[in-house]
Formats: sequence, structure tokens, C-alpha cells
Amino acid sequence: MAYPDDVRYTQEHEWARQEGDLLVIGITNYATDQLGDVVFVELPEVGKVVEVGKTFGVVEAVKTVSDLYAPVAGTIAEVNGALGDNPALVNQEPYGDGWMIKLRPSDPNAFAKLLSNSDYEKLVEESH
Amino acid sequence: MEPSTVVRRTPFYDYHRDAGARLVDFAGFEMPVRYTGDVREHLAVRNGVGLFDITHMGEFEVRGEGAQAYLDQVVTNHVGGLAVGQALYSPMCRPDGGIVDDLLVYRYADHYMVVVNASNMAKDFAWMESQCPTGVTLGDRSAETALLAIQGPKAAEMLRPHVPAEALELGYYRFMTGTLFGAPATISRTGYTGEDGFELYFDVKYAQAVWKGVMAAGTPLGLELIGLGARDTLRLEMGYMLYGNDIDDVTTPLEAGLGWTVKLQKGDFTGRDVLVKQKAEGLKKKLVGFTLEGRRVPRHGMAIHVGGKVVGVVTSGTFSPSLERPIGMGYVEVAHAATGTALEIMAGGTALPARVTARPFYTRGSHKS
Repeated sequence: MAYPDDVRYTQEHEWARQEGDLLVIGITNYATDQLGDVVFVELPEVGKVVEVGKTFGVVEAVKTVSDLYAPVAGTIAEVNGALGDNPALVNQEPYGDGWMIKLRPSDPNAFAKLLSNSDYEKLVEESH
Repeated sequence: MEPSTVVRRTPFYDYHRDAGARLVDFAGFEMPVRYTGDVREHLAVRNGVGLFDITHMGEFEVRGEGAQAYLDQVVTNHVGGLAVGQALYSPMCRPDGGIVDDLLVYRYADHYMVVVNASNMAKDFAWMESQCPTGVTLGDRSAETALLAIQGPKAAEMLRPHVPAEALELGYYRFMTGTLFGAPATISRTGYTGEDGFELYFDVKYAQAVWKGVMAAGTPLGLELIGLGARDTLRLEMGYMLYGNDIDDVTTPLEAGLGWTVKLQKGDFTGRDVLVKQKAEGLKKKLVGFTLEGRRVPRHGMAIHVGGKVVGVVTSGTFSPSLERPIGMGYVEVAHAATGTALEIMAGGTALPARVTARPFYTRGSHKS
């Protein structure tokens, strides 16, 4: 499985991509492969403050459920409303239209501390 | 018997791997849980035809003069009422009425076959052996028996050129022996999906020939490989039991709504006294089905509340691909078991509104009656 190099990763299988002052956040293709078909994503309200490593939402798949964890601390700037009608976007394009939230990080340097794609790949391999 | 730590593979393992299946350890077997996607696989069985490798299940052979009387002693349903070529679903109970396993009994001309859950194979065999009288032989044929299920409204069309004509005329829970892609096989009109279909038992030495034959016959009709994930959502839409989730050693068939499989009038059987008493005194808890609004999904182990109080627990839950809504089953106190009763499913800190619903959830299945 290949992991794109234009995003950084967490050990909870989220990814984050820099977009101006914001971080776009979603879950990895490894996560969607583990979960199976996503049927619902519960996302926070815009303006909510989230702490690093704390849950910001829930992803329901047919067979299982998983919490979503904030890769960095910050404030929710936008959520992906398209997932309401079409949660399958998470499976189809986990790094594209399946994004979940945009976050304004409280520490601009936090992003750089997330895992690189090669570190993430190593982590996934070690868990097998 | 010591539980085995070696993960076993069915003779179809290479086909699963080559098809890109996600393989998981299930009851000691490395089994395909998903090939393409749970929803796609599920809908293929509802609308077309799907192939399941369920070789992990256990097959016991029971022979001898007293075989029928013995089986009627260990299971709750009436084996004595079976014609040759007929199969029967039944719980097998402990003396306290708890369910050891739920299984199928097949009556052949000169013996019976008992098909049990993979997760209970060793326990069941030991349990049945401990009650086996002189003159009856109990044999474990699991290791040499392959089992494929072909399920869906197109199953009969798909197998028509390859099975004896009589196999297509058989009713639900009827079976015959015949030749299938060169293999002597038991061709059974049974399944765990609510759809028309077949379960095919044959010696593992024919595994390659049968798999190739089935794939060649099915490909023009859009046959899909189906993993254990979709097998679970298909059975749950029908309200069928999954041992270890919905029934277990501490639930009785009456509590599980399996009263139709408990034949108190057939004579003595293991667990009968407790079940007679439970029937007379009334049940305290009962398995119900429920549906939910919204898209949050009930999961095994979640508490069920009414009026802020715990009244039960979820045993199975999923997002129903056919109904496009969450469904589940669970035990509740009988006061809250009536169809239409409002329940709350506790998903972490969130209370999900649910309503007791008649089963099956899915009523458009193609299975024969």
C-alpha cells in the first residue's frame, strides 16, 4: 500500500495536509481498508476547539466504528458537508474528496512534528 | 482438547489471496472477511449470486441403530420427524437450558450429518461424545469436508447445467446427493442469507475442480466472492442467530425466540426440564430486533435503556445495506419487548433512539418456503 508524500500522518491513521493557514484532515487508505465501507461520519461544529489526540468525531462503517483523533490542537474552521450525503467518498478518495475537517492549528509548528509517509509506512508494517 | 494455536487454512485459501481478500483469523481459520467491499458483496447476494467459502464449519457423522434417538436426546428440535433428504435447524442445549451451539442435522439414508459452528467444533464434539451411547458412532469429518455456499436469486440459474435436475426442484431445507463438477457431493437447499441457494458439501480432494467449475459457471452471471463481513450483514437482515453474539451458553432457545425449534412433546432431551419450567413461569428477557433512525450503528455489547434505566444489551448490530439504515438485535426485559417499543441504544455518551421491529428486517428474500 502506498502513502502519499504531500501529507503527514498520525499513529491513529489520520493524515493532515497544509492549505494556507489551515490543516486539512482525513483518514488514511490503510484506515479505510481496515474499516470497510463507511456509512456515516459524525463531525464537530465549526468553531469547536479540539485538543491534540482527543476525539473530534466518529466514523461508522458497516462492520465497525472508530473514533477520529485530532492530529494537532486547534479550532475547527470547516467540515466536509459532502460526506453527509455521500460517506463513501471516504473509501473512494481518502486523501481527496473524502477529507473530513479543516483545522486552524493553535501551534503553527505542530504539523512538522507529525509522521512522514515513510515513518507511517514503517508503523503500519510493524503493526502486522 | 487443547485449543489449537496453529491457524488453519481451507483448500480455497490461495483463491482468496489471489482475489485480494482481506484475511482474518476466524475461529482458528484464516478466512476472507472482505474481497471488494461489504456493501457491494451484500447487494450481489441480494440481487445476483455470491460464492462463500464456509469450509471452516464442522461436520460430524452419526451412525448406528440408535442414531436418531441419540440426536433427539442432544438437540431440542425433532430429528425423528425428518424424512431422508431433509435437514433441520436446531439448538443443542446444556442441562440448564443454555445453548451449546446451534446446528443443522441432515438425514441421509443410512446416517446423519451434524453441521456445527467452527468456533464450537471442539466443544460440540466433546459434548456430543460424552452423551453418545453404545451402538452409536460419532465421527468428525470436518477436516476432509469442503463446504461452499452459492446464494442469491440467480443461484439456481447458475447451477442448472451442473447439478442433477432434481436438485433444482428441492424445497428449502431439502438436500440430495449427486455429482457436481466431478465430485460426489451433498447438494443442499439451505443457507444463511434469506436468498435462494445451495450449500455444497464434498471431499476436500475435489476442492480445485469444484472451485474452478463454480467460477466458470458463475462468471457469466456476475458471480461475486463474498466474505464473512457480508455473510454477517446478510444473516442479520434476516434476524438469524450468530452463536457467540446472539446466543450462547447462558441464553436459552426460548429467550432467543427459537421456541419453534424446541419440541417439548417429542420426549426427553437435554435441557427439557429447565425449558418446560421457563415456559411455564414466563421469560424475564427476550431477544428483539430493532431499527434506528439516523446513521449511527448499534454494536455488540452496547447497553439498551428505557427511561434512563438499563433494560438490556445489544447482541448484534450493523448498517443494513438493503434497508440503508442501522439495525440490531439484543436482549431486553420482556416488559419492553413488544413491537413498536421505544428504546435507547447507548453509544458511548450518545443515546441513539431505536424502535422494536419485527424480524426479518428484510422481507424480499428469494429463499424457498
